[in-house]
Amino acid sequence: MKLKTNIATSDNGFIFNPATGDSYTSNPIAAAILTMMKAGKTDADIKLQLLDIYEVESKALERDWEDWILQLKDANLLEAR
Amino acid sequence: MASVTDTPLVIGVTGLNAIENPGPGLSVIRSLREGFPNVRIIGLAYESLEPGIYLHNLVDKTYLIPYPSAGSDALLQRLQHIQAIEGMDIIIPNFDAELQNFIKISPELQKAGIRTVLPTHKQLEACSKPNLAAFGKQYGFSVPKTVSISTVDELQVAADELNYPLVVKGKFYEAEVTYTAYQAQNAFYRLSAKWGTPIIVQQFVKGTEINVAGLGDGKGNTLSIIPMRKLYITDKGKAWAGITIADDKLLDIAQQFTAATKWHGGFELELMQDKAGELFIMEINPRFPAWIYLTAAAGQNQPVALAKMALGEQVEPLTDYQVGKMFIRYALDHIADVSEFQHFSAFGELGP
Repeated sequence: MKLKTNIATSDNGFIFNPATGDSYTSNPIAAAILTMMKAGKTDADIKLQLLDIYEVESKALERDWEDWILQLKDANLLEAR
Repeated sequence: MASVTDTPLVIGVTGLNAIENPGPGLSVIRSLREGFPNVRIIGLAYESLEPGIYLHNLVDKTYLIPYPSAGSDALLQRLQHIQAIEGMDIIIPNFDAELQNFIKISPELQKAGIRTVLPTHKQLEACSKPNLAAFGKQYGFSVPKTVSISTVDELQVAADELNYPLVVKGKFYEAEVTYTAYQAQNAFYRLSAKWGTPIIVQQFVKGTEINVAGLGDGKGNTLSIIPMRKLYITDKGKAWAGITIADDKLLDIAQQFTAATKWHGGFELELMQDKAGELFIMEINPRFPAWIYLTAAAGQNQPVALAKMALGEQVEPLTDYQVGKMFIRYALDHIADVSEFQHFSAFGELGP
């Protein structure tokens, strides 16, 4: 999944959609994932990196990832596929 | 060649009522002061408690002017008196209700050396609240279904056609979202007593409120467009905080509006974007909005551009602006001495 190219994110987890004026705050893990998404990394690459950094089982990560993507979709932050 | 704006300007501004439903005057003045640091601002007030009268850092001198209901002759007479003292170069009117009179007397003002940038009577009428639905139909803009009524009995017919909830709107200002016939009737009586008839009854559209401030050159070109998403909305539906946003659809709709109407001067489009992304024009305000200083802060100072137009300068279209620039309005208890209030009330003017 790709973040919309116009979405602005900052290191402290602030997300701003300049097309709608919506803004969100995210926790440090979400901010790190957003940075990776903005850098163009694939979902698989990001998940591998998360498995490497955090003590999390891949099943739990998959479940959380789906929830994460749903939240991004709901916030209108993802490119249409 | 020196620009005419190099010499100190004297600009008259109305709309000094910085209250909970603020007039645009003080925002216009702040913008003008940024573009013309030596400008002399002449406030034109209708009531002795308009805050701008007492804000001497913004307004150099204020004069009382007659209510729009007194007619254009009374206004002209008063402005000619003020002009003999002040030598105003430009007047920027900021109220919907006063525009008819200002348009009517603009040739006389011009003769007296006062320039204005105003829409025509025809443009004003075409975009008025009662005519908005027909305007949308003519030019292909999405406008919520609207019915103009003059008696409370017509409310039921409108409700049958549009269904509840309904938005009941005053002729010039104010609107109420109503969910029952009882609420709609109360809104009808309150708004008609305050603003007269017709009352506009509009289909309710749920969505995100976005406003666009624009400036038209009178030839169909848009000289500036700044879209703003409301972030905090008061119970009167006014933006108390907002942020500039970037969306080509918003720029397009403003350009289509100026191209269709050949609008001359400042305007505001009040838009509602529904969940599907469709933009509805809820209202067209034939003047700058109260948040107009945001345009200056974002890099397109529309009041300054309008003043330059008034002076006959060539104003190139402004295209860049800062996205994510916010305004957060605040209320402040300004302290004034009763002697000032007394002076303005007694003599109809205040200032050096």
